[in-house]
Amino acid sequence: MSSLRARPSLITPAAWLRPSSRHRQVGMLGVILAAVGVWMMLPPLGDNLRTRTDSVELIPIYLGIVAIAAGLWAVTRTEPKWGWGAVLAGVLGIVLGFAAAEGSMADHQAVFVWSSLVAATLRWATPLIFAAIGGMFSERSGVVNIALEGMMLAGAFFGIWGADRFDHWLWGIVTAAIAGGALAFIHAVFSVHLRADQIVSGTAINFLALGVTGYLYIDLYGAEGTPPDVSEIPDVHLGFLDGVGFIGPIFGEMNLMIWLALLTVVLSWIVLFKTPIGLRIRAVGEHPRAADTVGISVYLVRYSCVTVSGMLAALGGAYLSIGFVGSFGENMTAGRGFIALAALIFGMWKPFGAFFAALLFGFSSALARSLPEYSEQAALLFETLPYVLTLIAVAGVIGRSIPPAAIGRPYEKQ
Amino acid sequence: MSVTPAAQPPPQQEPTTLAARFALYQRAGGVITPLLTTLLALFIAGLVVRFTTGASPLDTGRAILDGSGLTWFIPESVMDIRSVAGTYDDWPSEAEARLNAEINLQQTLIFTTTLILTGLAVAFAFRCGLFNIGGQGQFFVGAIVAVAVGAEVSGVGRVLHVPLVLLCAALAGAVWAGIAGILRATVGAHEVITTIMLNWIAYWIGSYLFSLGGPLQSDRSRQVPISNDVQESAKLHVFWGDFQGLHVGFFIAIAALVAFYLILNRTTLGYGVRAVGYNPEAARYGGISVSRNYFLAMAISGLFAGLAGAVDIMGWQYRYGQIDIQQSDIGFAGIAVALLGRNTSIGIFFSALLFGALLTGSNTRNLALPIEPELAGNMTLIVQGLVVLFVAADLVILYLWRFRKRLGLPRREPKAVGS
Repeated sequence: MSSLRARPSLITPAAWLRPSSRHRQVGMLGVILAAVGVWMMLPPLGDNLRTRTDSVELIPIYLGIVAIAAGLWAVTRTEPKWGWGAVLAGVLGIVLGFAAAEGSMADHQAVFVWSSLVAATLRWATPLIFAAIGGMFSERSGVVNIALEGMMLAGAFFGIWGADRFDHWLWGIVTAAIAGGALAFIHAVFSVHLRADQIVSGTAINFLALGVTGYLYIDLYGAEGTPPDVSEIPDVHLGFLDGVGFIGPIFGEMNLMIWLALLTVVLSWIVLFKTPIGLRIRAVGEHPRAADTVGISVYLVRYSCVTVSGMLAALGGAYLSIGFVGSFGENMTAGRGFIALAALIFGMWKPFGAFFAALLFGFSSALARSLPEYSEQAALLFETLPYVLTLIAVAGVIGRSIPPAAIGRPYEKQ
Repeated sequence: MSVTPAAQPPPQQEPTTLAARFALYQRAGGVITPLLTTLLALFIAGLVVRFTTGASPLDTGRAILDGSGLTWFIPESVMDIRSVAGTYDDWPSEAEARLNAEINLQQTLIFTTTLILTGLAVAFAFRCGLFNIGGQGQFFVGAIVAVAVGAEVSGVGRVLHVPLVLLCAALAGAVWAGIAGILRATVGAHEVITTIMLNWIAYWIGSYLFSLGGPLQSDRSRQVPISNDVQESAKLHVFWGDFQGLHVGFFIAIAALVAFYLILNRTTLGYGVRAVGYNPEAARYGGISVSRNYFLAMAISGLFAGLAGAVDIMGWQYRYGQIDIQQSDIGFAGIAVALLGRNTSIGIFFSALLFGALLTGSNTRNLALPIEPELAGNMTLIVQGLVVLFVAADLVILYLWRFRKRLGLPRREPKAVGS
């Protein structure tokens, strides 16, 4: 028990109260960075910078994102107060810094830009949320899942294939989930029963998914590509939000899958931390032998968790193809599964941690897509942000991301 | 992370004791299981071809083999190309067919060169118990540095320029992998996670460097996101063929294979690396610095991958661009090469040759395929995936097999099998 107590956890309130100076410093640093970002935009420095480059607004945005990241970092560890402070400061820093840099931009226009940016953030974050939550189930049960990318890709292809074949997006979602679940089941067989190396197996799944989806895509759709009139996942129109300033354009017309993603986060938090099932999953991931001793079937838990993870990742992929883009292209996930993995690690294997990290990474993707208007090169460098942040996170320079104890280790029944 | 036993050269005399015979079986397993793995993967790929397109898997396989140019070694078989090559309007003359096979073989060997090096990048770390999944990123960094040094530095002779580019690219790869190595050695951050992140960082930095107006973008064609060509003095000598022929990088790869073997088996460094790979705790107890070896193993791995990038640039690509970065997966293919080659020099050579042949044979340029060329390209990926999947399992099968023997004959267990 003592070792359990020593680690901060969501279910022991005492851990939240324990002061931790390092985490607090990170939070403070975030606040300071955000402030610096705004300060640099104000005269005299701002004018000076503006004469040198035409995309000065990138500075407060970049610093703001780093501040938010630092804040989330502190929040998911032991420092909620300064952490949320840093998140708030980061958001404010981005808004104010951007406004200061734009100067004369009219208010209503700024609001429109911002609400569309938030909407875009949610769109980019949704596949990440699904895959990261999926990965969380797998890894919480002790099975490394670097095959999220492949499962997502399979979901993207079979989503559009199902929607095309059965003429309804609902079937697309179902076939995507089945395909992702099947791939994940293969991963489970190899890593649970055959006790193969989970990373080798995951790599193989990624190769397979890339090859199989590419092969079937060429074979079934060829040069014409997927049909343009394929049934797509609809948006949910909330009439009562019409004409409501900032949130109207964001939440009034949001895709069904985005709502589903938000629901998934809440549900997974309840399942993982408020139900006996979640306790079992976490027990299997932390100490499988102990779990086995008290009668939990380690194999069953791992099989179901890995399969669920594949289904969720595939839902993210299906959203990408039939909810967001409306078509499929070879290797269309293009590393998004790995960003989801990064979000999972950055969020410390917690549902809301992963959710906020996915939002953050989604935001940086959305920005990177809207930045080319200012500077294409900056947009490309922006794409490194999720990976750099995660690298810093696992490096433990400012406090480490600690994975579940039994992760990656096959369990042998006795 | 289990480490496969090294394949030893076969003994000259008939084994006499039971233990020696077991050791022989063990070693045989080290050759037979990869062969079976390959055959099974190709068989499944053939089934996929049969059931999705209705084309004959054997014809497809034959076409891929012809397209790979490996038939060049058997002059009589070149005749068969003409019967398979149905897309030719006129029957090619024997000389033409022979030339075609030669060109294809050169392509295969060019791919083999790169695959050997990216395979070594995975294998070296593997022997230390680390999974270097970042060969792709280290390859990018090597290629980027090779382009930068090869194109921007001028006025030095070939004698200086070529080694300079090779050295810089290899060091860049080593540094890139070394980041993961240091993190693993000091704070214990898992190298799989860190190398994945480093892959994508390298991917986007590369995309940035070659983007329109980017620091390394070409001075002449401003509308294409591609680099300058490397200087003549930085190009590797092409010794076989006129059309994108085989360059001396092939011998660099062979030398790297030898170096890999020598470092691992004939040096203190290699001993430490292998000891840590087999059992880090025991190595630590024996006075070997585990963290030092983790770092060195990653750095040397990165050296190989960086070299792969340099050889690719200097040998036949001569320039690098965003499209190349987006389409490259040769670093990932190195994982399959290393795993199938059981992380040994000889194994890596043959598995690199296999995947090089698959890549070339299923290339869009070789139009004699009975199925669409893009299908064949994806088929190569499927074969790669299946191979890696089966290798993941065959380690287990080998383990179980050994375990069963151990139970059956507890007193005659061979000692230090394969180590």
